[in-house]
Amino acid sequence: MELLKVTSLATQFKTEGGLVKAVDGVSYYIDELEIVGLVGESGCGKSVSQLSTMQLISAPGKIVGGEVIFEGQNLLKYEANGPEMRATRGAKIAMIFQEPMTSLNPVLTIGQQLTEMLELHMKMSSEAARRRAIDLMGLVGIPAAENRIDDYPHHFSGGMRQRVMIAMALSCNPRILIADEPTTALDVTTQAQLLELMKDMVQRFRASLVIVTHNLGVVARYAQRIYIMYAGRIVESGTTKDIFATPRHPYTIGLLKSIPRLDEAEGTKLVPIEGLPPNLINMPPTCAFLPRCSYKIDRCFRDPWPDLKSVGGNHFIRCYANTKEKKK
Amino acid sequence: MSPKSKEAILEVKDLKMYFPVTRGLLRRKVADVKAVDGVSFKLLRDETLGLVGESGCGKTTIGRCVLGLYRPTAGQIIFNGEDVSAYPEKKLREIRRNMALIFQDPYSSLDPRQNAGSIVGEPLIIHQMFPTKKEYKDKVEDLFRVVGLDPSMSDRFPHEFSGGQRQRIGVARALACEPPLIVCDEPISALDVSIQAQIINLLEQLQDGAKELSYLFIAHDLSVVRHISDRVAVMYLGRIVEICKARELYDNPLHPYTRALLSAVPIADPFVEETRERIILKGEVPSPLNPPPGCSFHPRCFMAIPECSEAVPPLHDIGNGHEVACIRV
Repeated sequence: MELLKVTSLATQFKTEGGLVKAVDGVSYYIDELEIVGLVGESGCGKSVSQLSTMQLISAPGKIVGGEVIFEGQNLLKYEANGPEMRATRGAKIAMIFQEPMTSLNPVLTIGQQLTEMLELHMKMSSEAARRRAIDLMGLVGIPAAENRIDDYPHHFSGGMRQRVMIAMALSCNPRILIADEPTTALDVTTQAQLLELMKDMVQRFRASLVIVTHNLGVVARYAQRIYIMYAGRIVESGTTKDIFATPRHPYTIGLLKSIPRLDEAEGTKLVPIEGLPPNLINMPPTCAFLPRCSYKIDRCFRDPWPDLKSVGGNHFIRCYANTKEKKK
Repeated sequence: MSPKSKEAILEVKDLKMYFPVTRGLLRRKVADVKAVDGVSFKLLRDETLGLVGESGCGKTTIGRCVLGLYRPTAGQIIFNGEDVSAYPEKKLREIRRNMALIFQDPYSSLDPRQNAGSIVGEPLIIHQMFPTKKEYKDKVEDLFRVVGLDPSMSDRFPHEFSGGQRQRIGVARALACEPPLIVCDEPISALDVSIQAQIINLLEQLQDGAKELSYLFIAHDLSVVRHISDRVAVMYLGRIVEICKARELYDNPLHPYTRALLSAVPIADPFVEETRERIILKGEVPSPLNPPPGCSFHPRCFMAIPECSEAVPPLHDIGNGHEVACIRV
């Protein structure tokens, strides 16, 4: 069952240098109880697309088109700060941000920040909210929660702060949890702890999880379906197994060849993607990956970026070239 | 990349680097942060040794001690057969011609008000390598070409380059004096995924093309370290817990920390991921201010026995140059 359906979402930023189409016609859906990965490099629009679904875009950014259907309603019809949006944001769709250092308010205790949500969205009394907050902290693995609830964020390590963020995100029983690069700033073993925790928690709370990341390993381990983004658009989507077994978009193929694997054979050479990610200001209508592509054909220079087309079942790519055949 | 000779260019013996913690007006010393606590290893000529570990394990401190940027509390750093750890500053400067550093952050490690050509050429001037202007200019152009930059860009300033290009400038600067040793401190972790491979390949090519070049490659990303290194040393709280050939690291990890670290790194392949051992460690890395007694990993270890807290386990060779510091293996 589709829980969230986003169609042709577009978000633009007006800058001095020109118009930046950070998200340019992105469509995706999230099923119930599903873990979805959204993969791309910095500046590809993966975070902006998620912030747009929550209407958390501020000037000079603007959502210029698209639909976000959640529980039968188009969220983009609501005022960004209206009551309907506020009842959804944080409560039914919750977000965990990348920087656990900056996303907590340093002058409020952990308890104040956790209970705020419970009192606002769940209409709990302050006592009940406090009890619930302690439960949640225990649930996400913060030891001695009763004693730590009155501590300030700086008393916590990075990993513990991210646990607090997870507890906060879960506090109102969300249907969807969006984790935006949730572990990038953390150590490897802490990353593993937190990703396992998130996986367990969404199962327990019967929520769906969107993992926004640049790390292909993380989505290979956790996601059931993946969307690959490049320059503001989704270039490939499909089940995790389809995409890793038979990647079809030249960008995905290139990414997989360019990352070292822990289990690679000795002497394996990496094949980098030549060139640089594009500057999103005043992009040409042709495929944004064209200058770096090794599969390009004449048509790529003539025609605008193609639509997503199926290459079998639920596997889609945005490409004219025949990537199935081995590149010469 | 197999070592051409077995001779060591660098040998670190029982290196200790303590940073004092002071308190009060008189800056009274109250404790030591034992950033590096008894580390020994050898780096052979033309070899790449990876130093891997989580933040605070002391890997960067080792790199800085090797370059003489920190004065070690104890221990020896033998570079080209000479103990340089106690050299006076003036003599260290001469030595540094033969070693270079590539920094993690290509944004803050280049002077924003110096143009790229002068950044790359500065080591040549400091060490007075090229007396004539013409030779100097040719050398700088050459360095640009070697790292894959257009020499015509040498008038530009750092902000005009992308992250990957800046890192190439950093590499060119490190190569300027043709040092036989380069310490790479997280050289790719600030770069975009699709750019990382470009820099890794560049570093590999340079080593293959150079007369003699060893890397001390410091990083937290195990897959990258394993890819580029001949041997890998895994660090935990200021000590090396395991050191072995890069290939053995994945095939036959022995220290429980190494095993946990490996299992924490996901492989970009869902089919492999389905069958992998998953070890989730308890808790977090303790503070190096107050490390646990004995083996500092024992409070988080899934193989710990009471004896583990009694003494620091020494590295012991289990054959084939594979050394591990654990009493359970």
